[in-house]
Amino acid sequence: MTKLLPASASRSANSRGDGVFRTLILGLSLIIIAVFIMSIYLLGRDSLPAIRAFGAGFLTNSVWNPVTEKFGAGPMIAGTLITSFAALVISVPLALASAIFVAEYAPKWLANPVSYLVELLAAVPSVVYGLWALFALKPIIQNFQLSLYTSFPDKVTQCSELRGNGQNSFTCFFFPEAPVGLGLALAIIILTIMILPYTASVARDVIRLVPSDQREAMYALGATKWEVISRAILPFARAGITGGVILALGRALGETLAVAMVIGNVPELAKTFWGSTATMASMIANQFGDAQQALHRSSIVELGLLLFFVSVVVNYTARMLIVKLTPKGIQ
Amino acid sequence: MSRTLERSVPRGQTLSTGRKTVNLFMGFLISLGTLIVVAPLIWIFVYLITQGAASLSTAFFTHIPAPVGEAGGGYLNAITGSLVMLAIAAVIGVVVGVAGGVFLAEFPRHPLMPTIRMLSDVLSGIPAIVVGLVVYSLVVVRFGYSGFAGGLALGLLMIPIVVRTSEEVLKLVPLAIREAGLALGLPQWKVILNIVLPAATSGIVTGVMLALARVAGEAAPLLFTAFGNNLLNLNPGKPMSALPQQIFIDATSGSDSNVTLAKAGSLVLIVLIFLASLAARTATRRR
Repeated sequence: MTKLLPASASRSANSRGDGVFRTLILGLSLIIIAVFIMSIYLLGRDSLPAIRAFGAGFLTNSVWNPVTEKFGAGPMIAGTLITSFAALVISVPLALASAIFVAEYAPKWLANPVSYLVELLAAVPSVVYGLWALFALKPIIQNFQLSLYTSFPDKVTQCSELRGNGQNSFTCFFFPEAPVGLGLALAIIILTIMILPYTASVARDVIRLVPSDQREAMYALGATKWEVISRAILPFARAGITGGVILALGRALGETLAVAMVIGNVPELAKTFWGSTATMASMIANQFGDAQQALHRSSIVELGLLLFFVSVVVNYTARMLIVKLTPKGIQ
Repeated sequence: MSRTLERSVPRGQTLSTGRKTVNLFMGFLISLGTLIVVAPLIWIFVYLITQGAASLSTAFFTHIPAPVGEAGGGYLNAITGSLVMLAIAAVIGVVVGVAGGVFLAEFPRHPLMPTIRMLSDVLSGIPAIVVGLVVYSLVVVRFGYSGFAGGLALGLLMIPIVVRTSEEVLKLVPLAIREAGLALGLPQWKVILNIVLPAATSGIVTGVMLALARVAGEAAPLLFTAFGNNLLNLNPGKPMSALPQQIFIDATSGSDSNVTLAKAGSLVLIVLIFLASLAARTATRRR
């Protein structure tokens, strides 16, 4: 809008005041660039010792041992990717369902409270999710694990023998080692709930912006509600929805405390679907404060640097998709 | 698009039972999905209200945490620490954020505009824990753990949110108002400061409130910056506690009386956050 202002506007009578104002605003805005560059510089500088010591092997090595000063981020990278993508796979259909419900099915008196409620989900702090997961969800998961034990006593012995030999099988992967409750599964559940509102609210906004001509044309041709949604609305909103999904992925990758409270924080790959493991963010939260040796600290900062780059790429992609691929008229 | 339209045209006068069934079934799935989305939220609220209210007492607001091993105590240190650090964060977030918003909205042809917009978008997605690491090596390494460091970390998290919301509301101010000001011979800076910004104030305040509500719940960046403090401390030069951080420490401590406090703290925190976002929302609606 302001583009229409004449170029000479800033060169009017009191141009000195304009110059000062412009410099002030620009100077303060440059802080945003400074924060970005400073973050890369500081994280890069502090992770240099770890980068020198472990090189690219840091990304794939699976040993994380402060005693021998060997650090590899493999398990944490795997933990981050597994929890995030699993949470995404579960949350996307649910988020889409709630977005479609709010935009297409619900009457206004129901649509407003539901979309407000879903937005409240985004406002609940990470620690509160963690606390709830720890004291409300964990006992349920524990009981479920216990019931697996009592229902399949043969499987228990079979799996523990297999694991004793360092082996695993498909069914044993879904069979808990011990009914601890904490671990991968609980982390995935809590992440799913936490990222739901991001996809849901973006999807709802994009669906609402689909021109009503499009719906009416389909209805006029005799289409059912689901046909209208699946053929006239969802394809049209596809790009925006994808952007929302990637945005949610970014949240999931960086989510820290709720995950740190429930995942068990063992720097190993999870042996079972229920087993303890760690994510990059949960590892930073858990170990940075206690890390004594320089190399340990530096390795943790390198985890932070990795998270930084991943979230920059993911967020940039999401914004691009939302802005560029959404059909014209929907922005 | 036209091809899909043709395919969905019904052949006869009435809908085939197959299409009707699919329609009903998908409607059922969608409603079920929505229920599954809303259920945990209601569960969390009920849980927090029942558990949190049971553990709330006046001591919660007036006492500091009891020494290790003793029951009782409260979150006075965490509440005051949160307030102090949020105040510091608000100053940073408002000054840089609103300036950034003004820059993006009022100087759209500046060569740095696309860069700053992109970076502020990208910064909004940086995990809070990483911001904590950055502030650690920037401030804590030299000056030690402090409320200032914690406030700075929260302020950095606020900036992108405030930039975005203030840019949007500034763009809503009609161009005619700016033109009227310029036509009267006012320089651009006076038009922006005295006409455009006041017109957008309520929107900007909303953005700031929402940003504050968002960072008020962050504990991750405080772990290595404000560090936490079990004593009542109002001096931001020293380590400070904050509500979410104290909740994190107490919830994972394994002591029953600490867990009780963490539950009460969660209820208080969530009520504060919802009140702030509700206030922000009603303020915009009235405008």
